[in-house]
Amino acid sequence: MCLAIPGKIIEISPDNPDSALVDVVSVRRRVDLGLLQDDRPQPGDWVLIHVGFAMSKISAEDANDQMQTLRMLGETEAAFEEVKGYGLGDESDGTRGSNRTEKTA
Amino acid sequence: MKFVDEFREPELVIRTAEEIRRLADPSRHYRVMEVCGGHTHAIYRFGLKDLLPENIELIHGPGCPVCVLPMGRIDDGLALAQQTDVIFAAFGDMMRVPGTNGSPLEHKARGMDVRIVYSPSDALKLARTNPNKHVMFFAIGFETTAPSTALTLMRAKAEGIRNFSVFSNHVTIIPAIRAILDSPDMRLDAFIGPGHVSTVIGCRPYEWIVKDQYKPIVISGFEPLDILQSVVMLLRQLQAGEAKVENQYKRVVPWEGNRAALHALAEVFQLRPYFEWRGLGFISQSALRIRDAYAEWDSERRFEVPGVRVTDPKAAQCGEVLKGVLKPHQCKLFGRECTPEHPIGALMVSSEGSCAAYYNYEHRKTATTSRLGRTA
Repeated sequence: MCLAIPGKIIEISPDNPDSALVDVVSVRRRVDLGLLQDDRPQPGDWVLIHVGFAMSKISAEDANDQMQTLRMLGETEAAFEEVKGYGLGDESDGTRGSNRTEKTA
Repeated sequence: MKFVDEFREPELVIRTAEEIRRLADPSRHYRVMEVCGGHTHAIYRFGLKDLLPENIELIHGPGCPVCVLPMGRIDDGLALAQQTDVIFAAFGDMMRVPGTNGSPLEHKARGMDVRIVYSPSDALKLARTNPNKHVMFFAIGFETTAPSTALTLMRAKAEGIRNFSVFSNHVTIIPAIRAILDSPDMRLDAFIGPGHVSTVIGCRPYEWIVKDQYKPIVISGFEPLDILQSVVMLLRQLQAGEAKVENQYKRVVPWEGNRAALHALAEVFQLRPYFEWRGLGFISQSALRIRDAYAEWDSERRFEVPGVRVTDPKAAQCGEVLKGVLKPHQCKLFGRECTPEHPIGALMVSSEGSCAAYYNYEHRKTATTSRLGRTA
């Protein structure tokens, strides 16, 4: 719950500007952008995610550092579990791996 | 201690540790509180204590939301979920936290419909997909998670989803710091401020600590270098006789916070007159209740809440540990009756609780070293 997980915006949902497909290493899930209304991220931007909501925009370098911090804290698995659990772990909400075609939720 | 060469910029880490030794006045004893449980975890995991001189003492603060939740609130939440057709949804962190008659996970084993969710929006999704049940989201957390709960409630209202409610246990960090500073047995010199809470609230709310109490505070990131640099910034202030709010974590924390998140909080929540914190007692205006406009989605108004109050076991000294008066291992139950496998106090449940962090990194290290016949 208290983990800040870095993710890269892949695509903003065409029918909902508050919903984005985000890649955390190879796990892809829908994340809520509703708390970044003042500074909307675009595809390619990095964000820090708390409990399924993007809370701040960060640089690619800081995202990399944050991933390294999670690794050193022994929290990488917990972060992956959390991200995989978004959308109740429903694979139709996201894909694992970067080559599959994304279905919209 | 972890090997320093595993850290990012290991040479800079060593130079920063040297700078700390140079700045620390050997005739003084510094008591610095890290407010956030994430920092507590990082400090133990990285063995940062070993890089600091002995006269800098790190005191672990109240910033672990699972740890400060009184057992009565868990009992209340579980009591509401006893009713038929209720789904109890909560973050995984809550699942092993003991209530009087067991944890949510043990209630699940006895037949209660308990679901782990990783996001409040997934609790709302459960309500959409289970229209004949009522989904109660047991919400916990500081300002890092409260805006997400707020936005989820705004969506529930906008969509008219009526089989969903939130049992709010959200708390706010500033009144807890104030309560600790007001406590007569606490003597602190400075604060390492929480990083992720501050992405939401910004740096301005800490200015009262500077004005009223004349204590320096540095908002810090979570890497070893971040925490050590924050200690340098605090020591520089203390040496110069200054007290101001500084932001070491500028790359993530904007001075003004996150306006959209603050707006969502203000729309949905208001301050409770008072709220009980485990170990700290009742603190005024320290927690969030749901506003009247969202009463229909407030579990406390949808259902009859028993209002259970449970005193912690007398032998457990969670309160003293939470306030930093005792170190975790100085509690009578630590490592004997109370372990991460069988927690009695909540500080032992979460990896961000100071007892679990101490047990996992310091206690096990000491036990191993003494088994090997070396001095710890």
